[in-house]
Amino acid sequence: MITGSFDYHQPGTLQEAVALLAKLGDGARVLAGGHSLIPTMKLRLAMPEHLIDLQAVRELKKIQVTGAEVCIGAMTTQAELIASDELHRAAPIVRETSLQIADPQVRYLGTIGGNVANGDPGNDMPALMQCLDATFVLSGPDGERSVQAREFYEAAYFTARDDLEILTEIRFAATSGGYAYEKQKRKIGDYATAAAAVLLGKGADGSCEQASIALTNLADTPLYCEAASAQLVENGLTEPSVDAAVASAMSQIDPVDDNRGPAEFKRHVAAIILRRAIQQAWARA
Amino acid sequence: MSKQTINLNVNGQSVSAEAEPRELLIHVLREQLKITGPHIGCETTHCGACTVEMDGMSVKACTIFAIQAQGKEITTIEGLGNPDKLHVLQEKFREHHGLQCGYCTPGMITRAHRLLEENPNPTEEEVRFGISGNLCRCTGYQNIVKSVMAAAEELNTTESAS
Repeated sequence: MITGSFDYHQPGTLQEAVALLAKLGDGARVLAGGHSLIPTMKLRLAMPEHLIDLQAVRELKKIQVTGAEVCIGAMTTQAELIASDELHRAAPIVRETSLQIADPQVRYLGTIGGNVANGDPGNDMPALMQCLDATFVLSGPDGERSVQAREFYEAAYFTARDDLEILTEIRFAATSGGYAYEKQKRKIGDYATAAAAVLLGKGADGSCEQASIALTNLADTPLYCEAASAQLVENGLTEPSVDAAVASAMSQIDPVDDNRGPAEFKRHVAAIILRRAIQQAWARA
Repeated sequence: MSKQTINLNVNGQSVSAEAEPRELLIHVLREQLKITGPHIGCETTHCGACTVEMDGMSVKACTIFAIQAQGKEITTIEGLGNPDKLHVLQEKFREHHGLQCGYCTPGMITRAHRLLEENPNPTEEEVRFGISGNLCRCTGYQNIVKSVMAAAEELNTTESAS
């Protein structure tokens, strides 16, 4: 399988990359790990005339934990996220999620920036970022701006990122309490049939002090479940309360029939996976 | 889009090839450099038959343009052993019947090599998880896992003896 022809560019700095993208315009695409873009190009679903490879832009490869703030450069690979003990101490849900993405070879090259910026509803990082209430930093010809992960996704492959912008950094607060990323898939390496990211904080009296729930691949965007999260904080982790939270989240999903199963099956799986993620996060809280 | 010179270090040797940017690393390795150990299985990032090592990472050579590998160190199955002196992993795959048709084997062994570099004492579960990007349609994996475990044991024994 051969892709369409393109010119290859390898800028050394972010400034150069942004300038190149502005100059080349619509026909150009930014290349991170390439593990979504290259397969899409092989199918000729994408035929960029120019590829701007970010591999030499060193400022985009970093994991910084400063106090309670985490900052991850867009070109940081899944393997690097998994290997970072510092990141694991700050937000263990990131390693748990990363380990469920694709397979080892893909994780050596696949990046967090590519995963969140592509807008593929099957990707795992977008829901995780909504669960973490992360901020995405975008750089374009008019400078830098920030967009919340919960506001970023508009439809499948459509995001708040402008074509001339590059997603450069992901920032979120370190987590405390319990966490879980539960994913049902047909086999290792597959996208989710349904997946859920959950963070829960337990008070000294056993109450639920904070909750954040987001879902993967159950609509054409990741889904932050605000009402379900509020439900758990208000009524705790009793069985009826968890039932109500799951029911609330299920009212948000809109799965479609595909080779992972009919929509009804996905609704069934989604409810089980979310319940498991809530139970696991609470057990760890 | 004109051809460009791509310089690589493959199995310890500096080599170069002329390739269009759209040529995949697996195509340049096999068709121009005649390094045919890494195979083309699915060409869609699933099967792992094209696995090579690039700067200490296992990668699927069908999902990287050769030009992205400019200046990098590549190790293929040819760089691990040869018919006169097999690598321990190759020995153990032979001993434990870790292959049947053999098509996935170069990728499987190249991946297992990196896995053992990073984790010299893997559990069976870690081996299975570590080779989950490599598909084998013959063996059912049982003997592949046995072979990798046996190679790990042998490598550890040799190291502690030396």
